Amino acid sequence: MDILLQQIINGLTTGSVYAVVALGYTMVYGVIQLINFAHGEVVMIGAMVAFSVITSLAGSHLPPLVIVLAGVMAAIPACMIMGYLLERVAYRPLRHAPRLAPLITAIGMSIILQHLALLAWGRNPLAFPQIIDNRVFGIGGAAISSVQIAIILLSLAMMAGLSWFVYRTRFGIAIRATAENVHIAGLMGVNANRVIAATFVIGAGLGAVAGVMYGSYYGIAHYTMGFSLGLKAFSAAVLGGIGNIAGAMLGGILLGLVEALGTGYVGELTDLCSWPMAHGWLSAQCADGGNFVLFGSNYQDVFAFLMLILVLVFRPSGLLGERVSERA
Amino acid sequence: MKTHRERAGLALVALALIALPFVLAMAGTAWVRITNFAVLFALLSLGLNIVVGFAGLLDLGYVAFYAVGAYVYALLASPHFGLHLPFWVILPIGATVACVAGVILGAPTLRLRGDYLAIVTLGFGEIVRIFMNNLSSPVNLTNGPKGINRIDPFQIGPLNFSASDTFGALVFSGPIKYYYFLLLVLLAVIVINRRLQDSRIGRAWVAIREDEIAAKASGINTRNIKLLAFAMGASFGGIAGGMFAAIQGFVSPESFILNESIMVLAMVVLGGMGNIWGVIAGAVLLSFVPELLRYTVEPAQMALFGKLLIDPEVLRMLVFGLALVLTMRFRPAGLWPETRHRREMSEGRT
Amino acid sequence: MNDILLEARNIGKRFGGVQALKDVSLTIRSGEIYGLIGPNGAGKTTLFNVFTGLYARDSGEVQFAGKALDLGSPHAVAAAGIARTFQNIRLFANMTALENVMVGRHVRTRAGVFSAILRTRAERAEEAGIRHRAEELLHYVGIADHANDLARQLSYGDQRRLEIARALATEPRLLALDEPVAGMNATETTALRSLIEGLRRDGLTVLLIEHDVKLVMGLCDRVAVLDYGEKIAEDVPEAVRANPIVIEAYLGASTA
Repeated sequence: MDILLQQIINGLTTGSVYAVVALGYTMVYGVIQLINFAHGEVVMIGAMVAFSVITSLAGSHLPPLVIVLAGVMAAIPACMIMGYLLERVAYRPLRHAPRLAPLITAIGMSIILQHLALLAWGRNPLAFPQIIDNRVFGIGGAAISSVQIAIILLSLAMMAGLSWFVYRTRFGIAIRATAENVHIAGLMGVNANRVIAATFVIGAGLGAVAGVMYGSYYGIAHYTMGFSLGLKAFSAAVLGGIGNIAGAMLGGILLGLVEALGTGYVGELTDLCSWPMAHGWLSAQCADGGNFVLFGSNYQDVFAFLMLILVLVFRPSGLLGERVSERA
Repeated sequence: MKTHRERAGLALVALALIALPFVLAMAGTAWVRITNFAVLFALLSLGLNIVVGFAGLLDLGYVAFYAVGAYVYALLASPHFGLHLPFWVILPIGATVACVAGVILGAPTLRLRGDYLAIVTLGFGEIVRIFMNNLSSPVNLTNGPKGINRIDPFQIGPLNFSASDTFGALVFSGPIKYYYFLLLVLLAVIVINRRLQDSRIGRAWVAIREDEIAAKASGINTRNIKLLAFAMGASFGGIAGGMFAAIQGFVSPESFILNESIMVLAMVVLGGMGNIWGVIAGAVLLSFVPELLRYTVEPAQMALFGKLLIDPEVLRMLVFGLALVLTMRFRPAGLWPETRHRREMSEGRT
Repeated sequence: MNDILLEARNIGKRFGGVQALKDVSLTIRSGEIYGLIGPNGAGKTTLFNVFTGLYARDSGEVQFAGKALDLGSPHAVAAAGIARTFQNIRLFANMTALENVMVGRHVRTRAGVFSAILRTRAERAEEAGIRHRAEELLHYVGIADHANDLARQLSYGDQRRLEIARALATEPRLLALDEPVAGMNATETTALRSLIEGLRRDGLTVLLIEHDVKLVMGLCDRVAVLDYGEKIAEDVPEAVRANPIVIEAYLGASTA
């Protein structure tokens, strides 16, 4: 099996999910400079809603695709409404408050949503029912499943759709104008409140689909899944340059790849038995093909955070972000 | 100058605090333990208050320093490595290690803008937890998710903090001894916080919180001063962590999840960022909330529905979340806001 | 009186495609009030921000009091002896007026964390000194009555004075004022003008950015004019007023 190719395929899959979730962070940040900390929970709730619908329909004689589609179609409006309410109830009243206030509110909302989901769906993860025949195709010594193909294609389609919307429609121009300067956009007749609410709603809708994709890829949905998914997607948005839509997409895919390759190779790279100079004092452990792995694949989640810290330290504006002076 | 009335009031409060554990012990030792944790959280909150309240740096990974302190204590006073150093040696070590961790995290990240800093600290907290979870191989450093057991209690001469001693009619149980120790530490931390607040360094922290650019232009080396806040906060976290390990007798990564950071943050925010007494009140209030919930919500649900619909633990987190949201919405400065009209102060201190 | 306090050579600063400052050179002499004027967007505040270390310059050097000035960090600039105020007042809003000025003493004092925790004798003496000096300065700028009011509760004019007091607390040799009378009424302007004159009498060198040309001409010993990032004149007020290039820049800007 070709590990490199396999990890690239896996990385592209998770990376495209990160990218779609990252769009939600980046759009909101673009217009109101708020880290919508609760976005990860919105994504989680999308996955939970969809899984509930899919599970309840799994016994019926409907074709599997219709069932999945019904789940997604239930999740999207549910998340959109939640995105709207979040903005309206929690963030809008704080729009002119000091910078930390909305962020603390966002953390509070995230905790509330997470525990409401716990109340609604319980502590145990929801499993994705075995209704789709997940076929696996071999390419060049690696395997790619139909779910992976679907996730990558669907993500690309959503990213293309959003790009078209933001760059080619009137409302998209209004969004970009607001991101540039709320006051001037207002003078030009853009209704800032509508634009801001729209970014929340669109981001939540995309997030709902991303949540379903992520859940179906791993086969489960859980009330805590939004936290690390959200944090990684946020890292992706920062990596690409927060506020920048193309950047979020690039950042998501890159982060997925780094994570997959890092997880795939970290064990091998930190196996001291493969380091010549360590052979002397580790000969006992290394005998008979033994190994002495410092960091194994269980450090998977560290990569995203390390990457986030490194990006922020060395290039705070991200890969595609404009370098703006933070001073004065 | 303090008036006679104030002195009498202070003496009364002191007496009440000294008598408190014996009163609580009548209701059950569990209440003394709960109080101990409230004091422990007050310590943590005061540490975080330096970072968030004074210097205005939102640190969402504060629990990492608590964890560092706890693990330092666990490793140096348990059968895990067979080390049994006395607590008065370990606590300073824990504080120092946590302080170094704070500087390592702070040095590269403190020039970031506030909200980025929040996310980076959050990521750092997660990294620390992941490492604690996984550093059981190839060398068993932390014993992984199972955690470290049978941690030594405090021992001062013949006084063992895990056993009871009887003096006359008074029974000093382990928790009661810890209570007095915690109270002394809390008192020391309060004094330190107050002195810092009214010092050259404390003013520089608040200046940075109020307007970083103006602070720079006024000659404050903002990077160093912020780092100092981080290091101080981390040290307090490390000390609290060490005491947590000793009181609990057991540490595992479970105790240091993000929710703990959020809880401490909720205490600081609800109480009143920057106000020492407000922060302590916030910590005490939110420490007792889960217990109150346990004693009210559970029986109420059992009586009404015959079964437990909402776990008090879940309710507790909902209360914390709501506390954050509602405080920001209606009382952004907290229930007991910081007041900087220091007329008494300016006349009292020359 | 005529020795040079600050000498800037060929300062350049670019924001993206805009050349905000182009080879600006100027000299400020000890004890004078040096005015910097120019149409909106001419680069006055940018130059200010470069001098005080808030913006990184792209080129050029600054000599201050005979030494090369480290423009890398604002606090080093303050330590070297340049203090400033801001065009849109930047105070520590939730600190008292007295505390605002006390913060200004930071750079001239030393007490660290440990001496503060232990309240050593030296720390207490230093604190008393800080407080005393801060009270004096509040008195000097005329807002001693408001020492214990929060900065945000002060009137606009008093906030301007407080900002000057805070700047003075850093013991500057050069005080840089960015549009100190902007938004003030005639009475407040006159009062502030006499405050600035008092500063010069007390031996301070002042760099003044101002829109109010009348004030600048009446107050300054010498005036430089910036236009599109370039210095187009530097002379005594009467000469600048008569300079055709300056007239052109101002009239051109207003008629275009």
